[in-house]
Amino acid sequence: MLLREGEFRNPSGCAIAGVIDRSGQSMNGEQIIEAISVMHERSNGLGGGFAGYGIYPHFKDFYAFHLFYEGATAQEETETFIKRHFEIVYFSEIQTRKLPSIQNEPLIYRYFLAPLPQKLANSHLDEREYVARCVNRINAQIKGAYVFSSGKNMGIFKGVGYPEEIGRFYRLEEYEGYAWTSHGRYPTNTPGWWGGAHPFGLLDFSVVHNGEISSYDANRRYIEMFGYKCTLQTDTEVICYIIDYLVRKRGLTLEETAHVVAASFWETIATKDAQAREQETILRRMFPSLLITGPFSIIFGYEGGLMALNDRLKLRSMICAEKGDRAYISSEESAIRKIEPDLDRVWAPAGGEAVVFELYKKEGEQKK
Amino acid sequence: MSMYIQPEYEVIRNEQRCINCRACERQCANEVHFFDPKTGKMNTDDAKCVNCHRCVCICPTHALKIVRSDDTYKVNANWSKQTINEVYKQADSGGVLLSSMGNPNPLVSFWDKMLINASQVTNPPIDPLREPMETQVCLGKRTAKIERDASGKLKNTLLPHLELKVPIMFSAMSYGSISYNAHASLARAAQELGTYYNTGEGGLHKDFYKYGKNTIVQVASGRFGVFKDYLENAAAIEIKMGQGAKPGIGGHLPGTKISSDVAETRMIPEGVDAISPAPHHDIYSIEDLRQLVYSLKETTSYKKPIIVKIAAVHNVAAIASGVARSGADIIAIDGYCGGTGAAPTRIRDNVGIPIELALAAVDQRLREEGIRDEISIVASGSVRSSSDVVKAIALGADACYIGTAALLAMGCHLCRACQQGKCNWGIATQRPDLVKRLNPETASKNLVNLVTAWDREIQEMMGGMGINSIEALRGNRLMLRGIGLTDTELKVLGIRYAGESI
Amino acid sequence: MVIEAEGKTFAALNSEVRACEDSEILIKNCVGQRYIAAGLSKKSLAIEGTPGNALGAYLNGAKILLRGNAQEATGDTMNGGEIVVCGNAGDATGYAMRGGEIFVRGDVGYRCGIHMKAYKEHKPAIVVGGRAGSFLGEYQAGGILIILGKDVKGSPVGNFCGTGMHGGEIYLRCNALPKLLPAQVKAERLESLPEGKVKSLVQKWCELFKEQESEFLNSSYFRLIPNSENPYKQMYTVN
Repeated sequence: MLLREGEFRNPSGCAIAGVIDRSGQSMNGEQIIEAISVMHERSNGLGGGFAGYGIYPHFKDFYAFHLFYEGATAQEETETFIKRHFEIVYFSEIQTRKLPSIQNEPLIYRYFLAPLPQKLANSHLDEREYVARCVNRINAQIKGAYVFSSGKNMGIFKGVGYPEEIGRFYRLEEYEGYAWTSHGRYPTNTPGWWGGAHPFGLLDFSVVHNGEISSYDANRRYIEMFGYKCTLQTDTEVICYIIDYLVRKRGLTLEETAHVVAASFWETIATKDAQAREQETILRRMFPSLLITGPFSIIFGYEGGLMALNDRLKLRSMICAEKGDRAYISSEESAIRKIEPDLDRVWAPAGGEAVVFELYKKEGEQKK
Repeated sequence: MSMYIQPEYEVIRNEQRCINCRACERQCANEVHFFDPKTGKMNTDDAKCVNCHRCVCICPTHALKIVRSDDTYKVNANWSKQTINEVYKQADSGGVLLSSMGNPNPLVSFWDKMLINASQVTNPPIDPLREPMETQVCLGKRTAKIERDASGKLKNTLLPHLELKVPIMFSAMSYGSISYNAHASLARAAQELGTYYNTGEGGLHKDFYKYGKNTIVQVASGRFGVFKDYLENAAAIEIKMGQGAKPGIGGHLPGTKISSDVAETRMIPEGVDAISPAPHHDIYSIEDLRQLVYSLKETTSYKKPIIVKIAAVHNVAAIASGVARSGADIIAIDGYCGGTGAAPTRIRDNVGIPIELALAAVDQRLREEGIRDEISIVASGSVRSSSDVVKAIALGADACYIGTAALLAMGCHLCRACQQGKCNWGIATQRPDLVKRLNPETASKNLVNLVTAWDREIQEMMGGMGINSIEALRGNRLMLRGIGLTDTELKVLGIRYAGESI
Repeated sequence: MVIEAEGKTFAALNSEVRACEDSEILIKNCVGQRYIAAGLSKKSLAIEGTPGNALGAYLNGAKILLRGNAQEATGDTMNGGEIVVCGNAGDATGYAMRGGEIFVRGDVGYRCGIHMKAYKEHKPAIVVGGRAGSFLGEYQAGGILIILGKDVKGSPVGNFCGTGMHGGEIYLRCNALPKLLPAQVKAERLESLPEGKVKSLVQKWCELFKEQESEFLNSSYFRLIPNSENPYKQMYTVN
């Protein structure tokens, strides 16, 4: 019998795509489905998924949990847990479209939640950490339940199938958001578990990623010191935790985070100006075990922005493009051209160079 | 009891090749070779031979070889010849058996039972000859707060680190146990390689202060040569709590090896025994270690990383956890196969545990406690090749110390007679006529060659794994698979069996 | 300059001492701060209170006057200078000391002068007014230990005095040899102190603590010295 995802390590090759409208204008999910479908050859039908930002404007102050359930018992147990820790503002089954190619789907539910104030106060945790820990508890302890999305005003939609099919399955044309990312999966093990598809998310952070990293176990064994548990054993999961740790827990900027995970070579650092040299040296010395080696291209999504990053040798293809307020990131330029043939600017960022696209109104804010 | 013990080795001379040049006679400090005027031929006394191969190497006509004697006692699988001879020696002398260098018995080498991964298809190997490949490493604490100045720039809140161009350092060997020229060779090589050598516990000779940037000075229980300038001059200070070859016991350099120069370096009188007590007498408990660590930091104004070297013993993981919380920056763990200038045979061969298991247990324990960043780990005790280094780092080491391999590079032939002080290769001796045989110019070059070659091999192996920084190899245990290991061994090593998929 | 120690960590206090430009420093209200004057070479410190362990460790020429009791490991690996303790001092006082002098008015704990050495012009000395605990001068390789035994009934030292001793001298002011002297030690009885270094050390101790010289110079002493510089030579056989 094949083991389930999480019971073995599962690296995979993939396609990724993302789009953001920096003026905050909404796009429905149609475009991103079209874009990712161009890269059909990069997936093998064993996983596809999307993350949409700004899609729940009416519930934007509540944590939107998306859950897979394998049965009614898991759902009951989970809902009991949720009620103990949150006020459920609204919940329902996520509406899907029946497609012949999408089979064996689990029960899929959505909850909008607010932490119970007294519980939160007693925990001595900040709100985000409280929510993150609740997510971990459900995923680690309740058999047959899996939280696959947990941010505010954003949502992840994923499953087993080609990404374009998954997009249609979730009726993403009915959602409107200012940013979208997408992932088509080519795993080297064949699990067929919905929770294992990508994007991987934690709170409002989401990661889609292409490539098999060679530093996996060095990264995993390090990050697990800080309360993370890499239950899925995928590269995407560990990358998401690394970014969460550096950005949310240690307070690094995204650029600084890029200098950790895709650090310049020491010999390159030596050629930089004094300030850059000093800053990058500090970062490499503080977090050497979070350097990610081997091929990767990622799109990191968060409230108000997308970051694109390649490994430092640039072993995966990745293209960025701009057209007016819209910015695009993709494994292949063709996917971008499909939805916007007339681009203002197209470029391939250097290895290790973080490209950040944020809402205009976000840029003025103090970065975390 | 007076008992003749048949020598283990015989010197065989090819009479036809021997030209009676008597070079062997001049070169042998053990006085094995002598010229017999009656026969006009060279002769040998095998009983004195330690099998150091000096004569074999220098004989201009290659007339000499040393073979294992086929003399045998009545064969007994339980009582080997070695065991019987040891009983005879002790019955004769009443002495504690004293040996040199690492344990020579056929032991399990876990290095040899671990195999390294390589990339195929799903991600690419990297060619180190043409692409950048980083083997440099920083040692020290990595726990530091993120603090920013007014402009938002990160402040450097890190404590001092050691910077190694290669993940290999020369382990502690004291002046006294090895010669002036051996120390000179190690110091020069460390400087050229961009790494560090270690003074051991015998102080730092005034001539070698100039290598301070590449010097680790040791503070052992005897405190030989330890004073302000010695500490100030070093790049790092190592507190020696133990040694793999002789955990739990002290050291003893006999007065005969305390030449005036050694005495001056150790800052003790000439000819008087140099005794290192088993414990530091200011450390009887873990909190006392913290006291010594901080007394050294205070004395050197917090400018030097402090290393604590311990022997790999049964409870090594818990001890390491205590060390990590003592304020020390680096822990060096020395396994039971490690070398020594002299150690009681029974201790060397029976006390301690293998470095591979100790290292794996320590790295895992420190991670479970969330304190792996508090301390860097240096592994030693029979690191014999570049692949051993790669495996050590994948298990969780930050770097390795090499001792025996470095001695071999300088010409040591592992005859294991260091305790006799008559090293024909000029390494483990203080006799001026023997010391001068070791040319620091050549020996340092050989050391540089060795480490450079290993570094190249490490890069090749890393490249094969698709890893281009040693930082991404550290603790990357998925890069190792076990073979011929029990479930318990695999569990302690934290690796899977070969053939088990990822 | 006066440095107020109250409420300060050892790191803060010591860095203040290092940074202080005055050559004379008075530390007040010292409670438990460790490593005071570690490695210091020039200054002269007076301390009021109870400093922490390793007072004057690696001391390199500085002077310390402590108006109180010292804890453990005072003068650890001291290379030069002077430490005067007006009260008692704890265990391992003068451990591995190579130079300089320590004067203690009262008693010292276990293992005083353990592994004390001597080197060229460095000849360390410890003079103790009262009693010393067991293992006095263990592994002693050089230097001078003097135990004056003032107001002490019975032996001025505990057991195993001079275990492993292979250099230096121990002077005990008493009328009977302590029991359990190890084999490495030879003892000789002196009816008064000879001229020279030992006498001048005792004189200095008397002067420091305002004691009558005659009482201490004209008593009987036992002088202990090692009977071999290589006490363990016969212990081993080459294997």
